Amino acid sequence: MSADVTTEKPVARAPGGAVAPLLDGMRRNMRQYGMLIALGVIVALFAVWTGGDLLLPRNVSNLVLQNSYILILAIGMMIVIVAGHIDLSVGSITAFVGGVAAVFMVQYDLPWPVAVLLCLAIGAVAGAAQGYLIAYAGMPSFIVTLAGMLVFRGLTEVFLKGQTLGPFPEDLQQLANGFLPEVGPTTNYHNLTLLLGFLLIGVVIRQEVRNRRRQSEYALDVPPAGLFAVKLAALTASILIFTMLLASYKGAPVVLLILAALLVGFGFLMRNAVIGRHVYAIGGNLPAAKLSGVRDKKVTFLVFLNMGMLAALAGLVFAARFNAASPKAGLNFELEAIAAAFIGGASMSGGVGTVLGAIIGGLVLGVLNNGMNLVGIGSDFQQVIKGLVLLAAVGFDVWNKRRVGA
Amino acid sequence: MTGPVLEMRSIGKTFPGVRALADVTLTVRRGEVHALCGENGAGKSTLMKVLSGVHPHGGYEGEILFEGDPCRFRDIRASERRGIVIIHQELALVPYLSIAENIFLGNERATRGVVSWNETLKEATRLMRRVGLDEHPQTRVADIGVGKQQLVEIAKALSKEVKLLVLDEPTAALNDEDSAQLIDLILELKEQGITSIIISHKLGEIRRVADAVTILRDGRTIETLDVADPATTEDRIISGMIGRDLDHRFPDRTPYGGEPGTAPALEIRDWTVFHPIDRQRKVVDGVSLSVRRGEIVGIAGLMGAGRTELAMSVFGRSYGRYGGGTVLKDGEAIRTRSVPEAVAHGIAYVTEDRKHYGLNLLDTIGRNISLSALGRVARRGVVDAHEERRVAEGFRTSMNIKAPTVFEPVGRLSGGNQQKVVLSKWIFAGPDVLILDEPTRGIDVGAKYEIYTVIDRLAAEGKAVIVISSELPELLGMCDRIYTMAAGRLTGEVPRSEATQDVLMRHMTREDARENDHER
Repeated sequence: MSADVTTEKPVARAPGGAVAPLLDGMRRNMRQYGMLIALGVIVALFAVWTGGDLLLPRNVSNLVLQNSYILILAIGMMIVIVAGHIDLSVGSITAFVGGVAAVFMVQYDLPWPVAVLLCLAIGAVAGAAQGYLIAYAGMPSFIVTLAGMLVFRGLTEVFLKGQTLGPFPEDLQQLANGFLPEVGPTTNYHNLTLLLGFLLIGVVIRQEVRNRRRQSEYALDVPPAGLFAVKLAALTASILIFTMLLASYKGAPVVLLILAALLVGFGFLMRNAVIGRHVYAIGGNLPAAKLSGVRDKKVTFLVFLNMGMLAALAGLVFAARFNAASPKAGLNFELEAIAAAFIGGASMSGGVGTVLGAIIGGLVLGVLNNGMNLVGIGSDFQQVIKGLVLLAAVGFDVWNKRRVGA
Repeated sequence: MTGPVLEMRSIGKTFPGVRALADVTLTVRRGEVHALCGENGAGKSTLMKVLSGVHPHGGYEGEILFEGDPCRFRDIRASERRGIVIIHQELALVPYLSIAENIFLGNERATRGVVSWNETLKEATRLMRRVGLDEHPQTRVADIGVGKQQLVEIAKALSKEVKLLVLDEPTAALNDEDSAQLIDLILELKEQGITSIIISHKLGEIRRVADAVTILRDGRTIETLDVADPATTEDRIISGMIGRDLDHRFPDRTPYGGEPGTAPALEIRDWTVFHPIDRQRKVVDGVSLSVRRGEIVGIAGLMGAGRTELAMSVFGRSYGRYGGGTVLKDGEAIRTRSVPEAVAHGIAYVTEDRKHYGLNLLDTIGRNISLSALGRVARRGVVDAHEERRVAEGFRTSMNIKAPTVFEPVGRLSGGNQQKVVLSKWIFAGPDVLILDEPTRGIDVGAKYEIYTVIDRLAAEGKAVIVISSELPELLGMCDRIYTMAAGRLTGEVPRSEATQDVLMRHMTREDARENDHER
């Protein structure tokens, strides 16, 4: 009998009156705030250690370019993990699609937009095939995607005949290495980037204010005005700093816009869309979700289809960045993406995690990589440190869960 | 019988937000069988978890004396070393290991880490003989019945040189024959000097096996009675457990037979379901029943009668393999091949096992409530979070869900409040027919009354309600009509005016239904 806590007594309300809703929110999102703070600490640490090199405009720009494909994978991986599954095949699919893209564009001279669409479709089909076996045939995702990992790695070798293939058309390279075009009068900054940054600040403030007003309309608790202002100021400042850094170099990378679109799109999908809710429901308690009328098989299928498509996108970005497709591309990418998701707050048993968390987790890894390279730590110790960070993040999780007695 | 072997003094235990035990005292004399009684949520299991070290020392107040020595158990191993062994309701056996392996699990017959199989089998055979288990020790536990598994647990306890055996509702899942055998075994062990504490709801059983009975209510000790004392009647124990008169356990209800001449809201005809694994076995065999709008209909039956299986099968074929039958809604045949189809036809099934089948414990109250009808708070596939929150707040108030906000994870609520969340979820889905499976299992009296009121209100609003329950008083107190099932068959239909516990029990144990079961 596990229902031993059944005495009906109201749970104590968090103390502190008006601050309570905010504290409540902090407590609920402890994991994400914790990771955000950890990211800040890591950035500050390496900024000092590298004598400021980490935050040089050129390096910040590089950071985005270097980590873009892992971040793309991490978004998809987070959704897979929230659904209670795992996908080990994404590194191989990344390589496979890179190879297919090279064959299309280098050997057959297909126009790049056509090739890109074809590649995304191929990724989606690869993901869907695995998703079908997992969702409808009921095979464990670990096994199916382990097989996928071998199959697609092998197929990549076959396609590329063991060779490295390149170069890609100029336009496609822009996708991974390019920056937004410069417009308007000559300033010391990249105009379009500044404009986008200011626009973003405007949108964020408008959203926050609207949200707050709607909460008041529904007679719900809102944080006091002072704290709200502090929150807005902090948001504005961080966007502004990031914008200025990028704008004082070559401007915003194209791939950053792609990432931002994915973050906003998938974040919205997971938080606000019905299908996103269903993903959390099947990961959190599959039998309960089934009995609630959630079409669990369809949702699982779509989650893997989406992962395949994102892996294809990562493959295109990766190939374009190095201007070549190689059979060895994307090695261990699946593990990096999985690590990012878990550092960002996913739970092994499913049902927990956010897209933003995956991005934060990916950035923690990215900044660690970049910072350790700058200060000259060898790749051997880099792996040790990344492993320990993963342990620490998940250890914090476990400790935090036990502390609140959940 | 000499002095006390166990004294638990002023035990208190608090969980986040809930006081589970307060000043509980339990004294068990050496060599007796001591029964622990109380309603669900009274704190019996919690008390036993304190005793066995599941809730370690430091996490509770008060002190424990075993054989005169103060005990501070850090974990189960510590209490087992002293000879206190607890057998939980959910058996702690590994299904794919043999009986012998299970008996010595964690306590292997081994020298320097190498298991001696001869010793293991020899000892296992000896212990199995002692508990009257007639099986080969190398049989897999998965291949024997629940009654025999219970015996394996006891053999396991004996292997640890048990002095005090704690049994948490040992006969809840057993049939009468196995129960009787188990009771005999407990009495036999008593002869051999083993003291037992038995948690049970079955008063007849307590009278047969126990020397003393301690009653808990709302986390407090009410009294300890001597069973041999003629003043200790079943009524006395019940009133101690409930703490008030039996009269007002249910809201007043005027029996309702439905509008004559209209088709029933839901009618099930000749419904048959096969077992999901044992594909020849009929778990539900040609059951027909109906419920009208505004009516509350009960389904009574013992464990294994097929009530839950019937309900889940009708609700989108969620259990077993369909073997025939039709469902009619308002007189017209409908398809309920999947849960979404059943929901679309206005059928809701509220599960008996809310933790595994009803709720996402990780998620918030609000999101659990909206899950089965997200479309109602969403537009073009996008959930309106504000509207969702408003709906959830509405249910929090109307259903009296005790939680600071609707953002509280459901896992932190008490059983009664969790049940209110599950009910809210299905009320929000706006069904015409609600099938409630054990709607008050594991929740305390106060919350039960609230749930009954909600059920009554639903019927008054014109919904058709089917209540499946193992507690006969609950069915008698709530329903307009009661069906009985036994061994997968419908064995009776009793109107409220004729229903008594005796009548229902007779239908529920009809031999003809059982014989049919044995034939296969």
